[in-house]
Amino acid sequence: MENNLAHGHRFGMVIDIDKCTGCGTCMVACAAENNVTVRSDESDKQRSITWMQLYKITNGKAFPHTEVSYFPRPCMHCDEDGHGHHTSPCVTVCVATATRLDFNTGIVSQIYTRCVGCRYCQAACPYHARYFNWWDGYKLIQPFPKGMERSLSPEVSVRTRGVVEKCTFCHHRLMRAKNKAYAEGRREIEESEYITACAEACPVQAITFGDLNNPNHKVSQLIKSPYAFRLLERLNTKPKVYYISKKDWVREMADNYLPGEFKPISTAAVGSR
Amino acid sequence: MEKPRRSSLKFVIDLLIGLVLSYYARLISNPLQSGLAYFAAGLIPALFIGWILFPFALYSKQPQPISFNHALHMDSDIADGIEGDTEAEKCLYCHSFRDDGTFAGIPKLELCMECHDDPDSPLGETQAEQQFMTEYVAQEKEVPWLLYSRQPDCVYFSHIAHVQKGELDCQVCHGDHGKTLELPPFQKNRITGYSINIWGKNILGLKSNTWDRMKMDDCAECHTQKGHEENNACFVCHK
Repeated sequence: MENNLAHGHRFGMVIDIDKCTGCGTCMVACAAENNVTVRSDESDKQRSITWMQLYKITNGKAFPHTEVSYFPRPCMHCDEDGHGHHTSPCVTVCVATATRLDFNTGIVSQIYTRCVGCRYCQAACPYHARYFNWWDGYKLIQPFPKGMERSLSPEVSVRTRGVVEKCTFCHHRLMRAKNKAYAEGRREIEESEYITACAEACPVQAITFGDLNNPNHKVSQLIKSPYAFRLLERLNTKPKVYYISKKDWVREMADNYLPGEFKPISTAAVGSR
Repeated sequence: MEKPRRSSLKFVIDLLIGLVLSYYARLISNPLQSGLAYFAAGLIPALFIGWILFPFALYSKQPQPISFNHALHMDSDIADGIEGDTEAEKCLYCHSFRDDGTFAGIPKLELCMECHDDPDSPLGETQAEQQFMTEYVAQEKEVPWLLYSRQPDCVYFSHIAHVQKGELDCQVCHGDHGKTLELPPFQKNRITGYSINIWGKNILGLKSNTWDRMKMDDCAECHTQKGHEENNACFVCHK
């Protein structure tokens, strides 16, 4: 097996922040797709499990100049450094080998039955993309609401108390697409056959999902935009989730720049776009 | 200088072996006084309980609702409705893939009723066929088969990847199940609730057939042997 992501797939996501309206459909679609637990009282948001989290940011200026943006945050599926050395902080610290970077797909896996719940990965993740199950979710709700099991997807296992979970780029959808390809006598999946639930649900199509290794795919072209950026890029975690925003203040918020360090892109220099 | 050192080392080893042997010789020559008899009196029943009695008690046995004869259905002289040139194709006639590539598993009553359609005339003379006609076909009730190979929630398995893409025969994992004259009893682990067949019966791993033991390492071993090491990634089989 090649120890880098140069071969095979390298799935990634591009989120256009300027398109995002903050409606939260991606969060709902994600939770429904992946059997994410709910509690009887969901008002304590610090304890909520949200594989896809939606943050609201503002430029902090007074009324006439106030601008608001929303940015959805799935797991960044941090990449390796090209030599097979992991750069995903969570993979590096995991003591139980419960989370791995799959070199064939670029997806960071999370195996709930392997996780021991030490929460090192949660501490290591600079994006707060990992969540700990403080309670038994669907497994031990007593009394179990009648018919609730019918709302669960059999393609994603439910989690028990004491394990960490996170976005998996809807990995089961990849397996589903592969099954279909084999049934039709193909060995490889087509690009359009595998997209995540959030990308599918987004009403303004702000989320584009695809193979970053495929130069013809839309994601590979979108990330070449001068307005494309990644969160905390200078940590060298190499996230595979890219954002696009033409607003300078949004891009400036994506990293911890020193005063005067951030270079705004003037529209004149880039040309009409 | 080398010679004497080597001989002295040999002497020490000989001495140690001698000491150990004489110790055991004394234990065996007088088992009651040395306590060996009491030790054995404890150990042997404990091993019997742990290795034979406990595994026996751990699994509950349950008969299938109907005694199904796989061999008879695979015999094209008797069951001529089941088509297929190869053995695998015959298996797939009843245990089929859906259009999206998922595996349908045990067939529904509808498929059985392609042949067993007349409640008044069973196709054979056996009691099981009579029972199948009266209890299920006449009432159009699904047979509550007990699934030998139902995997735990955390496991993902794609049949089509192995059968269609990997070109494996059904037998590689399921053994001679298609040649059996009657269904073996369903054995369930009383603690975990899982069937004994999902791991195979030989947990020690002394296997002469593929299906003797099918734990995670055995899956990975086969993947590696066939040159599909990339399929040993966690998320390929776990969900």
